This record gives sequence, C-alpha cells and structure tokens, in this order.
Amino acid sequence: MRYTRRMTLTVTNLGCTRGGLCVLDGVSFVVKPGQILVLQGPNGIGKTTLLRTIAGLQPPQSGQIAAPADSIAYAAHADGIKPTLTVGENLTFWAAIFGTQNISPALAAIQLTALRSRPATSLSAGQKRRLGLARLLVTGRPIWLMDEPTVSLDTASTALFIAMIASHLGQGGSALIASHIHLGLAAATYLNLTPYANHIAPQPSPFDGVTA
Amino acid sequence: MSIWEYANPKKFMQTSGIVLPWVSALAAICLIIGLTWGFFFTPDAVNFGATVKIIYLHVPSAMMAINAWVMMLIASLIWLIRRHHVSALAAKAAAPVGLTMTLIALLTGAIWGEPMWGTWWAWDPRLTSFLILTLFYLGYLALWQAVDNPDTAADLTSVLCIVGSVFALLSRYAVNFWNQGLHQGASLSMDAKDHVSNIYYIPLLISIAGFILLFLSLVLLRTRTEIRSRRLAALLLRERIA
Amino acid sequence: MISLLMRDITLAMRAGGGFGLGLAFFLLVAVLVPLGVGPDPITLAKIAPGILWVGALLACLLSLDRLFALDAEDGSLDLLATAPVPLEAVVVIKSLAHWLVTGLPLTVIAPALGLLLNLPTSGYPWLVAAFGLGTPALSVIGAFGAALTVGLKRGGLLLSLLVLPLYVPTLIFGAEVIRRGALGLDATTPLLFLAGITLGSTALLPIASAAAIRVNLR
Repeated sequence: MRYTRRMTLTVTNLGCTRGGLCVLDGVSFVVKPGQILVLQGPNGIGKTTLLRTIAGLQPPQSGQIAAPADSIAYAAHADGIKPTLTVGENLTFWAAIFGTQNISPALAAIQLTALRSRPATSLSAGQKRRLGLARLLVTGRPIWLMDEPTVSLDTASTALFIAMIASHLGQGGSALIASHIHLGLAAATYLNLTPYANHIAPQPSPFDGVTA
Repeated sequence: MSIWEYANPKKFMQTSGIVLPWVSALAAICLIIGLTWGFFFTPDAVNFGATVKIIYLHVPSAMMAINAWVMMLIASLIWLIRRHHVSALAAKAAAPVGLTMTLIALLTGAIWGEPMWGTWWAWDPRLTSFLILTLFYLGYLALWQAVDNPDTAADLTSVLCIVGSVFALLSRYAVNFWNQGLHQGASLSMDAKDHVSNIYYIPLLISIAGFILLFLSLVLLRTRTEIRSRRLAALLLRERIA
Repeated sequence: MISLLMRDITLAMRAGGGFGLGLAFFLLVAVLVPLGVGPDPITLAKIAPGILWVGALLACLLSLDRLFALDAEDGSLDLLATAPVPLEAVVVIKSLAHWLVTGLPLTVIAPALGLLLNLPTSGYPWLVAAFGLGTPALSVIGAFGAALTVGLKRGGLLLSLLVLPLYVPTLIFGAEVIRRGALGLDATTPLLFLAGITLGSTALLPIASAAAIRVNLR
C-alpha cells in the first residue's frame, strides 16, 4: 500500500507562544514525502507547542504553515485511549472517525493482535503507547506529527516503532517527531531548536507603552 | 480619524484620562440636583405618599442594569470581531457595575413594594426577570474569575455574554408567560405624561442622566484599572524571566 | 459520527460510566420532596410539575462536567479536534449521546415519579411530551456550559452557575406544560415554545460550544 497523494509540509519562519511567552521564533523547515525530521532540544524549548501549532490546535504567533488539507495526523503526549473500551474498540473508533475500516494491519504492525479484546485499562504504559502509535496507522494520513513517541517503550517496542516508521516512509509518508533523546532512526535529519531570540521573551502585549 | 483609534490602549488611556474627571463631575452634579429635587422639592403623590420618591433611585438603576448588559454585549461583539483588547476589558469592567445596579433596583424595589403591595418580594415577572439577570451577571463574573489566561477568558466570557443575552431575553418572555404580574407598566415611555406627571418627570430625567454618567465614569475608571493591571502583569512577567 | 455516538453510549454504560446516577438522583428528589413537604395529596399534585422539572435539571447537571472533561484529560479531545470531523458535529453527537443516557431515561421514568407526587391523570401525556421535547435542550445547553469550562481544573461548580440560568426558559415552559395538562387545560402553546427552544438551541448553540472548545484547547 502506498499513500495515493504525495504531500509536503512546509514551515516558514514560524513563531509560537506558550502561556504568554514566545518560546520559538523563526523556525523554518520542509518535510517531503519519505523524509523524517526530528525536532530536538531540552525540556521547555517548545517542541510540543510547535507540534500543536502545526496540528492547528493553536494559532501561530508569526510565520506560515503550509500542508495540504487532511494530510496531517497528530499524536499527542496523551494517547486518547478509553480504559473501559477494549484495544480493538479503541482503534475501531479512531479508524471510523478517519474513515478507514481495517484495523488488523495496524494491530499486527505494532504486535497488539493478541491483546485485541483486552480492555485498555489492563494495558501497561508501553502497550498503551503502542496502541497510540497504531492509531496513527489507521488514520491513513501521510504526514505524522509525533510527540515523544518512544516514551515508555522498551527496546523491542522501540524496534517495532522504528520498523513502523520505515514502512511509513517507504509508502511515501513522512514524519515530524519531537524527542529529547536521540532516536535510532537511520533516515532522519535532525533539527536542533534554539530558544526565541536566544532567550525566552514575553509575548508582545497589546498594552506595551501604556504609561501610568 | 477612525473611531477605532480609541481602541488603542495608549490612546484610550490618554483620552479617558482627560474625559474621566469631567464625566465624574457631571455625574455628581446631575445626581445631586436630580435626587435633591426629587426627594425634597416634589409633592407627595396622591395615592402613593412619600414612598413614590424612591423612583429616583429605582428607575435609573433598573435602566442601567439592563443597559450595562447591552453594553457588555456590544463590547463582547467588538472583541470577537475586531480583537480590540480595550473592548474586552470594558466589558469586564462593566459587569460588576451592572450587577450593582441590578441589586440596587431589586433592593429599592423591595423597599417600595412593601408599603405599596404589602410585600417585600413577589414573583412578579419584572422582579423575577431582574433576579434572573443577577444570576447571569454572577455567572459572567465567575467565568472571568475562573480562567487564568486573559485572552482565553475574554473569548469565553464574550461567547457566554452573547448566548446569555439570547437566553435572558427568552427568560423574560417565559416569565411574562408564566405570571402576568402586579408591577405597573414602564414608568417612562414616549407619552410619558400619561404615566408620571411633569412635576416628577423632570427630576427623574436628571437622575437618569446622572446614573448614565455615573455608569460611564465607573466603567472608564475600571477599564483604566484593568488596562493598568494587564500592563503590570506584562511587566512582572518580563521581570521574572529576565 | 455514528461511531462517536456509539462510543459515548458504550462508555456511559460500562462500569464507571455513571449511567443511572442521574436517574437515581431524580428518584431521590421525588422521594425526598414529599418527605419534606408533607403527604397532603393536593399540595403534592400542585407542586409535582415543578419538582419533576427541577429534579430533571439537576439530574442532567450531574453528568455534564464529564461530557468534555474526560476527553480532554485523556487527550481524545485534542485528537478529535484535529480529526476530519467538524467540532460542531462532535458537540451535537456528544449532546445526543448525553441525552440518550440521561434525558431519555428521565422521560421514561418520569410518569412513575408523577405517580409518587400524585400528579392528576390528565397530566401524564403532557408530562411525557414535555420531557421528550424539553430534555434534549438540557443536554445541548449543558454541553455549552461544559465546553466553556472544559479547560478548568474544578469546573463543576462553575458549570452549574453558568448553566442553570440558561435552563430558566426550558424550566418555565416545561413545568407550565405539565401544570396546564394536570388542570385539564390545553398545553399546546407552552409545548410549542419548549419545542422551539430545543430546536433553536440544537441548531445554534453547538457553534458557540465548538468555538469555546477551540479557545480552551489553544
């Protein structure tokens, strides 16, 4: 299976804010089909903020984000798993929301087939994360935004994740990954984020210049 | 020059700083004249006795209670459409003033109602509507209080103000439907002479003007305070980061 | 969309979903009020419409703070907001699911509680009609309140303060339908008003609710 549309994510001079602070400024990059970009930087640099901005959850402070409509799938810190639903039910729901049907390949890819009818409440942290990754597969979208995807994954699961990414890239997909650790991804390019104007600054306030 | 230039915080602070003392002084003059005239230099009414004189507090405060909400609605719309921060803060500033006006109207109404109808409170449509309006004010203020981020709070309260306006109107009609009521009709209308005779009418108009000016000066003052507090918050944030 | 409806209903029915809590609360109100007011059947018949509606409002309110907050906590709301479904539709579907697991059961059980409160026979058809047409408005209006408070840590109390004033028209017309019905009068007019509120708020409020959720996710 290959993604039918080849899609490029272009970010130009992007600035983001978090809680009234400008955390990033002038971020530019291009992610083409088959490419993978890893955003690196210490805690608090604004990786999650950047991903949320690209996903459209918050407006950019400045700059542009260009990506074709309905091409981006966002995987947040939280996996959106309902503990009282089974693994299969959780995944089927997201598949239906994104208009895809078959969840078996996704379960197989991340080795959750055996756990299909287990309630998600009985999953370990790592298994939940794998279910969250499987959700990306059923979206059928070519550009993945992933926030710390390897958190709570063991070595074997990390290998599964790397294989999953490789197959995604092979099908013409691409990924933008935020991670504070060096992922063992061979094909990846890395972007080290630098703080806004070399220091975090308050967002320009509309009340600047008001005296007395 | 466009009227929107006054929505610039700096420009607003300059202009309102000049206007505020004048508005406040005018409000004080109108209120002193209107209330003194009304309380001491009008005859007791034939049917109502001296109690009628509370009209000079009751009617203007009731009018301002509603007008304040209308002003908040307009300011909220301006914020949502044009993103003028001063507008959002003006809506925030008007809410406690409006709430106070509503409470004054309810309280003076109760004081008036006791000798007139023999009861402090009746579930009359007008009284009930004002009680419901109080609840809307409380909800609006509570939402401002609860949300940390000022822009988020402004957005959410604006949406609440618009939705609340529709439901407040609906409640007004529902309450009318529910109880036909014993409150007299509006005290003022185009043919006001049919309702309130001239002797009472002129001091009432002056009191109303006084309440409008008082509302204006309080809202200006509170908006200025809100702007300063936002500026202060921005400065503190800068200091903490540096 | 159907899948979202089914998921929300399933979640409510499974253990810990809180299904039946509202119903039990409604039952408690109908039992406690006569204990407080006294057993006089004439008094009870007179206040029955109001008690039933106030009970329904509060029962509805019980489950509202979970409507979006649970999805916000586990990240589902972020993911739904970036999914190819309009957030307005998500609000409508979630309100519908809320009504199916609270409003609809309330409508079904209300005649039995009317019996406890000595509601006259002629009131029952109107009672069912008023609940059937009015309780959807409670879910839709409640969803708006839940959307406003979704970002707050302890939004429950604030939610009541915001939502209950918005419930006033529904309460007045809903109780009026039953009151007139119980007196053997024609209650078509308030019933039409009630239906109008339900239809109007279902058509327009989800837009405001979706806007509030977007603001809260920012």
